[in-house]
Amino acid sequence: MKFGVITFPGSNCDADMIYVLESLFNQKVERLWHKDTDLKGVDFVILPGGFSYGDYLRSGAIANYSPIMTEVVKHAEKGGYVMGICNGFQILCESKLLPGTLLHNNNQKFICKNIHLKADNNASIVNAHIDTKQALKIPIAHGEGRYFASEETIAELNANNQIIFRYCDENGDITEESNPNGSLENIAGVCNAGKNVFGMMPHPERAADAELGNVDGALIFESILGLIKA
Amino acid sequence: MEDNTLNEATVETAIELGLRPEEFDKIKEILGRTPNFTEVSIYSVMWSEHCSYKNSITWLKKLPKEGPHMLAEAGEENAGLVDIGDGLACAFKIESHNHPSALEPFQGAATGVGGINRDIFTMGARPIAQLNSLRFGSIDSDRTKWLLKGVVKGIGSYGNAFGIPVVGGEVFFDECYNTNPLVNAMSAGIMKADKMISATSYGLGNPVYIVGSATGKDGIHGAAFASKDITEESANDLPAVQVGDPFQEKLLLEASLELAETDAIIGMQDMGAAGITCSTSEMSGKEGFGMRIDLDKVPTRQEGMKPFEILLSESQERMLVVVKKGREAEVEAIFDKWDLNCEQIGEVTEGGQLEYYMGGQLVAHVPAESLVLGGGAPVYEREYKEPAYFAENQKFKIESIEEPKDLKEVAYFLINHPNIASKKWVIEQYDTMVGTINMSANKPTDAGIVNIKGLNKALAFTVDCNARYVNANPEEGCAIAVAEAARNIVCSGGEPSAITNCLNFGNPYNPEVYWQFVGAIKGMKKSCEKFQTPVTGGNVSFYNQSMQNGVDVPVFPTPTIGMMGIVTDKKFITSLAFQNEGDLIYMIGGAQNDISSSEYLYAYHKVKQSPSPYFNLDEEHALQNQVKTLIQAGMLNSAHDVSDGGLFITLLEAGMPNGFGFSVETDSDYRKDAYLFGESQSRVVVSINPDNQDEFVEHMVASGLEYTFLGTVEGKEMLIDGESFGTVADAKHQFETALENRLNS
Repeated sequence: MKFGVITFPGSNCDADMIYVLESLFNQKVERLWHKDTDLKGVDFVILPGGFSYGDYLRSGAIANYSPIMTEVVKHAEKGGYVMGICNGFQILCESKLLPGTLLHNNNQKFICKNIHLKADNNASIVNAHIDTKQALKIPIAHGEGRYFASEETIAELNANNQIIFRYCDENGDITEESNPNGSLENIAGVCNAGKNVFGMMPHPERAADAELGNVDGALIFESILGLIKA
Repeated sequence: MEDNTLNEATVETAIELGLRPEEFDKIKEILGRTPNFTEVSIYSVMWSEHCSYKNSITWLKKLPKEGPHMLAEAGEENAGLVDIGDGLACAFKIESHNHPSALEPFQGAATGVGGINRDIFTMGARPIAQLNSLRFGSIDSDRTKWLLKGVVKGIGSYGNAFGIPVVGGEVFFDECYNTNPLVNAMSAGIMKADKMISATSYGLGNPVYIVGSATGKDGIHGAAFASKDITEESANDLPAVQVGDPFQEKLLLEASLELAETDAIIGMQDMGAAGITCSTSEMSGKEGFGMRIDLDKVPTRQEGMKPFEILLSESQERMLVVVKKGREAEVEAIFDKWDLNCEQIGEVTEGGQLEYYMGGQLVAHVPAESLVLGGGAPVYEREYKEPAYFAENQKFKIESIEEPKDLKEVAYFLINHPNIASKKWVIEQYDTMVGTINMSANKPTDAGIVNIKGLNKALAFTVDCNARYVNANPEEGCAIAVAEAARNIVCSGGEPSAITNCLNFGNPYNPEVYWQFVGAIKGMKKSCEKFQTPVTGGNVSFYNQSMQNGVDVPVFPTPTIGMMGIVTDKKFITSLAFQNEGDLIYMIGGAQNDISSSEYLYAYHKVKQSPSPYFNLDEEHALQNQVKTLIQAGMLNSAHDVSDGGLFITLLEAGMPNGFGFSVETDSDYRKDAYLFGESQSRVVVSINPDNQDEFVEHMVASGLEYTFLGTVEGKEMLIDGESFGTVADAKHQFETALENRLNS
């Protein structure tokens, strides 16, 4: 699989993602620039975290109009894989590749801390190989991460197994206290109906390097790469 | 007056701009004529304390600045540069943004973060770590709550977008900071040692560029403002506060680092205090060259800006770049890629004169060297006098304090005290994990440990200053600040390398304030010499004082120490947290019957006057060497230094991260309150595997240092002499929520 990581002006987790894919998982990674007009033959596009264009308007709102997003949309429509982490998730919601939207955290503050999440199902490649009972410790770092969508959309997401991760406590129980930002139904990540476009607020790339003392996020990359034998 | 900026200025105007009458005379002498308003404005900012260090440089020069690892010494470049081996260097510096933050906490703090980072990446280093040291007034005042919330939000919103992890910091409350909060921001970056960009200018005809944001009317006379008291009239200075744009800063960072990879430039300097004036004069002053600058070419945010406004604007996210003639296209292409302004505004001239033109007219003409530190900027020796309070402090006797019956109540008082309690409410608003290099995020350590990916090496950073100790005794208190910083680095598994300092004091013209300054410098000097940590640079912030009931009251003297260290092997990294049930707990370093200047004495007993805590520099040095030896021998499972709140708080902090309780015994040779809550220095709590006890004891006996077996890591409770002080879980809950509860009450 060939990965592509897009750098928007203001992206600040692009280098972290490239490090994890290249140095920890030995993957080939193309560095894509927001002004690029082709995806250089990548199979899996990643929109990293950060503050694209400063996010002064609404997170992700301007990045959606970058030249490269036209290509990303085409790639997704053809069934190609696209994943957005944090600001990348916000951009994918702005571009309507993913349903719903991300609002200001319910405490109105930026929050950076380790949280727990668990795979809601094994229906897509990002969670296919992850035990749905296992709580993974993964950091969040965002001011606008409260997932919101209409009741019908949420019902559809539930019915189609499009909720990929939910916030939970360290024992894997989905509780109000373990919801860090007020997301509906503790939603931490979703995918599209075709299960080829994914978005999540937590940062798995920040929990993949053993030198940092937490590798729970590596499971998500291993799932994507099919490294875990089911 | 401002409409006639080319007319001769008067001494009254000069005084209004913050100059002294004799300084106005000196300007006339330098120029051989009477300066115009624009020129006086230039001198007023360049000769302000903020830019010239005129009242501090005599003493700052006494600090050690040479060290085996120094690549750039204090004052030579935008920040000090330390060789960290493997062809890499670390640039780091701390700076204050106190005065702007007092008026507009969000922007004041945000632009403080922006400014210090520009100092780092202007040199060609990529920032890797952020720290900050914050001081506020009484936590129960509404103003303090407003300031704290604004400052934290400002640091977070700028730093989080800029994308560098916060790896350390401190927050301290005392009523002496009611009017004047202190906001000190530190940044560190790494670079290839041979790729440093200098803040210099030379070569006749080389083009001079301004890059980054457009220039607006914000921050005019900011440097002069920072050199004044905060008064009721300060609200009129609001235009002196700058506005930050972290997005521009991020683009400027990436463009600057691409520039560093070329050899197309002569030098670069960021525009902080005094904007174009300061960058043109400091870059030129060193090599004897000058510049001819055309102010019409500076991209501006509004029409009709006057020459002095363009020259003195402190608009953020701008740089001055001197490019090698013929390489312009290469440089312009980089800034174009990042959609940044890049305008040639002048060229390098010979003869050391700065000539600023606007509308074809020469609007200011001054010799570069006359403006800068080490050149024509004035240098003053200030008088100093020991204040009466100092002798009064020495009279304190521990016997005057009756030992409380219920020490458990004292313990919970301290756990809930905002100076001791967790700063989680603050820290969680900062991105501490971006960059995937903060090794302390999942493994708490006394100093922040930053990974150097691909090498078996890491860096350690800390900021420390207990200003209560410095106020009690400036010399000892500042020596302690350096020692504590070094201790934090050693306990984490590193070796101290160098420091940067941020010297926050009151009015230097007050001899008692200046006495505090001189004492602090003396203490810093002796401690830095002992730990072989040269001073790489920093910043002086005077005039942190305000009128209270008709008397000018300064803040506690607060010389914040930012220290970096090197971890030479990642296996040396040692957590502060207990690791295993059954491990043995020892205290290295002797106990004292001492509660002086402790939070316990100050806040619980409300005794404000006492000496600084017990401290002996030689003992401290021996202690640190011993901890280093033990860590490198693989003996220690955890190491945590005893600091604010004393031994009890140290044990609790070691127990909380992994949920371990402890059972320890005190020593009847000491008062139990002093043993548990005293803040005498040079003590470290360590835990070891029981199997290693004999070897540990051998090491300790060989060292000749005092050490005490305290007890064991066990269960979930805090047992002291068999008495339960409650569970660690309950204490942790109070410790982690105390600050937020106080802020919301």
